[in-house]
Amino acid sequence: MKEKKLMKGNEAFALAAIRSGCRFYFGYPITPQNEIPEYMSRELPKIGGSFIQAESELAAINMAYGAAASGGRVFISSSSPGIALMQESISILASVQLPVVILNVMRGGPGIGSIQPAQGDYNQVTRGGGNGDYHVIVYAPNSIQEAMDMIAKAYDVADEYRNPVMIAADGMLGQMMEPVDLPEDKGGIKAGDITKVKPWALTGHKDMRDRIAMNSVWLKQDQLEDYINSYWPKYEKAEQELAEYETRSLQAAEVVFVSFGSTSRITLEAMRLLEREGIKAGLIRPKTLWPFPFHAFDEISAKTKQIISVELSKGQMMQDVKLAVSGRWPVGLISRVGGMLLDPLEIVLKTKEILEVR
Amino acid sequence: MRTVFEYTKGMRDTEMTYCPGCTHGIAHRLIMEVLGEKNVLGSTIGVSPVGCSIVAHRFMNVDMLESPHGRAPAVASGIKRVHPDNFVFTYQGDGDLASIGTAEIVHAAHRGEKFCTFFVNNAIYGMTGGQMAPTTLIGQKSTTCVDGRTKEQAGMPVKMSELIATIDGAVFVERVALNSPGNVRKAKKAIEKAFDVQEKKLGFAFVELLSSCPTNWGLPPVDALGWIKENLIPYYPVKQFRCPQEVSL
Repeated sequence: MKEKKLMKGNEAFALAAIRSGCRFYFGYPITPQNEIPEYMSRELPKIGGSFIQAESELAAINMAYGAAASGGRVFISSSSPGIALMQESISILASVQLPVVILNVMRGGPGIGSIQPAQGDYNQVTRGGGNGDYHVIVYAPNSIQEAMDMIAKAYDVADEYRNPVMIAADGMLGQMMEPVDLPEDKGGIKAGDITKVKPWALTGHKDMRDRIAMNSVWLKQDQLEDYINSYWPKYEKAEQELAEYETRSLQAAEVVFVSFGSTSRITLEAMRLLEREGIKAGLIRPKTLWPFPFHAFDEISAKTKQIISVELSKGQMMQDVKLAVSGRWPVGLISRVGGMLLDPLEIVLKTKEILEVR
Repeated sequence: MRTVFEYTKGMRDTEMTYCPGCTHGIAHRLIMEVLGEKNVLGSTIGVSPVGCSIVAHRFMNVDMLESPHGRAPAVASGIKRVHPDNFVFTYQGDGDLASIGTAEIVHAAHRGEKFCTFFVNNAIYGMTGGQMAPTTLIGQKSTTCVDGRTKEQAGMPVKMSELIATIDGAVFVERVALNSPGNVRKAKKAIEKAFDVQEKKLGFAFVELLSSCPTNWGLPPVDALGWIKENLIPYYPVKQFRCPQEVSL
């Protein structure tokens, strides 16, 4: 029987990482994700893991870089401005092709911004954030349970693709409590098994093999181009295989909302209110932000007259929605920013405005 | 026939690309020689920095990870958590360690991280073409202080060994110079002690190596060694600042 527990989001995320085999966590305090380093500092030492309270997010992500290169299962968490500080090294993790799972409990921006829930990191997490040609695979949960399941999956995807994977949660998911089924405990990798499980990892050559050197600098530009081209097919594969989404009531929908994360749950409530007023609404909920589920939009019916991106940012996701729509329908935007949340009634009113103007 | 000198196992048989007269070659060789003599090349993981020695992994015959600029001590801290029994070291220049990476080196020392840092101080940015470093001497010319560094404009040169020696977790701190055969021998002794400290898990070990940069100093190699003696050593005294009893013999 599954173990059920009422848990606060941040603690549940940390527990999910540990049960996925994470034994190394490096973090720096930032609201609204502080329960994660607190949980890790208590729990990891009990199971032979390591916790370091880093001197900065820069140090934290680089500790993760060292541990991941050494074959450890690593978890990193932060919130929007902290993730911005980590971007240089996320680019390096992608360049060196190392698996690290990174949780972003998003808050209001730009700049230091606010500490309330927001989705203004959409561009930061889906458009690289760091320099150069790479992608980060991004999951966007809309419940604590789904976040836990996605964290477990993220470890497998990170290992398979040898690439950083990000979970884009938000302050609401981090701070609220929900009943969850605890995931299966996969246990950590034993130090002696690293060379078997991750033969590419730095362990010391033991005079048994040539030395391994991991570098992201290429002083000869033609070699760098060849290197980028050598790993690029994995991103094409990810675009084919990793995009995930959920749809609701698309068939008879006059208006289709596109919404992710906690905002999608508020959008669902707005859909119920609209239905009472005789307006049929559907939903496409991207569960991955990169790769974006472009093919979900092929399921929209001929009856649909309007697409609306519902998000806690100034239409950052709407740009991807427009790419997906490719001019087939008009695209509108309903949004709040800065840490302000959408209310279902506000979504209803703004939807009616958009439909009337049209 | 007795072998009196041979190629160091710790160095890879490849073309050395540092400038003629640069002491990176000596520093590389000393570290690798010590690891070879301790017979631990196979259990060592090194971290190379951003700077001229960004290519250290081409020459050093140990597993190596290249760090973002200044973050090598954080990277090494992560490696040491996964492999606490391996030898781990960072190799960093003065721009990397004493400018962009001051937070990481100070906090790694503070945590008493059980790895070694080799700090190559040649008082200039080499890789980028001779700009002023935090360690550039007063009056020394660089491309960002063409009339010489002044205290008023840039402050006094940073003394990293003295700074690190104030931190409890840094149990071994020594400054050596690579300008003469005698000083090179002393440098090797300091490197040996740094790895002894790590082997005994006593805490953080820091060795500063005063080095030359003939290219960016605008000096012939031999004169550059003289410049270390006449200018660097008077400001940066060659000295053991801290050494635990366990390795002091």
